Amino acid sequence: MKAAPQYLGSVQAFDVMRLREDFPILRQKVHGKPLVYLDNGATSQKPQAVIDAVNHYYTAENSNIHRGVHYLSERATAAYEAAREKVRRFINAETEKEIVFVRGTTEAINLVSQSYGRTFLKVGDEIIVSALEHHSNIVPWQILCEQTGAKLRVIPINHKGELVLEEFSRLLNEKTKFVSIAHVSNALGTIVPIKEIIRAAHERGIPVLVDGAQAVPHLRVDVRNLDCDFYAFSGHKMFGPTGVGILYGRRELLDAMPPYQAGGDMISLVTFEKTHYNVLPYKFEAGTPNIAGGIGLGTAIDYLLALDWEGLAEHEHGLLSYATDALASIDGLRIIGTAAEKAGVLSFVLDSVHAHDVGTILDQEGVAVRAGHHCAMPVMQRFGVPATTRASFALYNTTAEIDVLAQAIHRVRKVFG
Amino acid sequence: MAELDDLYQEVILDHNKSPRNYRVLANANRRAEGYNPLCGDHVTVYVKLDDGVIQDIAFQGSGCAISKASASLMTAELKGKTEAAAEDLFESVHKMLTGDPEANHESVGKLKILAGVCKFPARVKCASLAWHTVNAALKGESQPATTE
Repeated sequence: MKAAPQYLGSVQAFDVMRLREDFPILRQKVHGKPLVYLDNGATSQKPQAVIDAVNHYYTAENSNIHRGVHYLSERATAAYEAAREKVRRFINAETEKEIVFVRGTTEAINLVSQSYGRTFLKVGDEIIVSALEHHSNIVPWQILCEQTGAKLRVIPINHKGELVLEEFSRLLNEKTKFVSIAHVSNALGTIVPIKEIIRAAHERGIPVLVDGAQAVPHLRVDVRNLDCDFYAFSGHKMFGPTGVGILYGRRELLDAMPPYQAGGDMISLVTFEKTHYNVLPYKFEAGTPNIAGGIGLGTAIDYLLALDWEGLAEHEHGLLSYATDALASIDGLRIIGTAAEKAGVLSFVLDSVHAHDVGTILDQEGVAVRAGHHCAMPVMQRFGVPATTRASFALYNTTAEIDVLAQAIHRVRKVFG
Repeated sequence: MAELDDLYQEVILDHNKSPRNYRVLANANRRAEGYNPLCGDHVTVYVKLDDGVIQDIAFQGSGCAISKASASLMTAELKGKTEAAAEDLFESVHKMLTGDPEANHESVGKLKILAGVCKFPARVKCASLAWHTVNAALKGESQPATTE
């Protein structure tokens, strides 16, 4: 038997009540009730350390980066580049040249579809996505298809919300030129076996982008172990600020791709005859970036890396199974998305009560959830529902909060008779 | 919970459960679709308009209790009204839903039951979707109406 892990140094055993103290927003009341924040799939709350880092940057370091020779600019540049190195370490990329700062997952996917896609795809080529994608991993590829004449192919999902991998094998052919897949479904919580998908695609030399927006707050991601070509995620869903995200790209692919946007910082030499582009990753970082956001994201990574991840995984798994049991016992409630492997998301519909009405009544009880189509309308169509109510969990949620959620759902039933 | 009771009043719950005029209007000469891109709610409104008078009106679609009840109440209220009167009512209802201080709740008749919506800003669009849609139908617009 394996010995119990020993946590030394800054890593402390996972203690949710102590950890909640780090998130000041969780102390507030909503409509006179303690806030129960279960909308983490939309955005996560921020620990004091991240708020302080952003505040400190504007209070003491604010300056433009990569430009000034003065003291503040050097400090700001050092802090921003230190954050890039933290991101590299967080996802285990080989070099910081493979870490491109963007606005978020959406911009990362658009960057790849426009820069890689418009350069390397042509009429008749095929792009594969899956039926559980967020709109931001569908629409950029549809636009690319319109621009190039390529075709979009979709891996179907089964009634539990799992990808049908045999269908994926069937879709792969000599025309397939790109695969873009979510790591974790935002609407269903399904953890997609991306390693298997990447292996199958690579056997045919097809590059794969992984939309990791919903994965990074829950799973340790190692891009070299996954062997993905691109990995996209947002800072704000992993306890960092909004408006900053990351595109990881394999160096040889990023090198072969033209710039996505043009402007300052992405050039090395400009004349009216010819412009030389900057080296990686700056070639893809035109204009003044979200410096405070990048620094805040670095601090969020510090925060995450100091946690006991084994304890965290156990806590989140416990929350999901507790919530699944609690909600499944409510009359007329149907859980949408019952994959064997799930992370942090519980979507449901209530007999004859629309998700919006559920959301409003839950809000009156202090419970914040998402109600709607979750920017995944094809998923709603697959399950034949117009919308769902989604409770999505983060490391600071507790089973007591799930009890409040279940009580609030009983109240919905009472209002609607 | 006073505010929640203002929103989900008996009449609203009743119209949600058994919406009036919920059908396809076979002899309609005006028709429009409305979408709320935020939540995916969608409604189709059918109007039979003769000499500027709404002879008959019906709707179908999917949405929350507020949007369904609002559409149901709207059809009941607009039947027999002139186009001009319908437009006036649209203005008054919109003012009431958005909490405009100039709103006159007496001018909207039975629709004042929806006044509680203005305390729930996220739900104003649910209540106004059918109204935007009937407006588009009366104007004969070819694009689907949206709440944006």
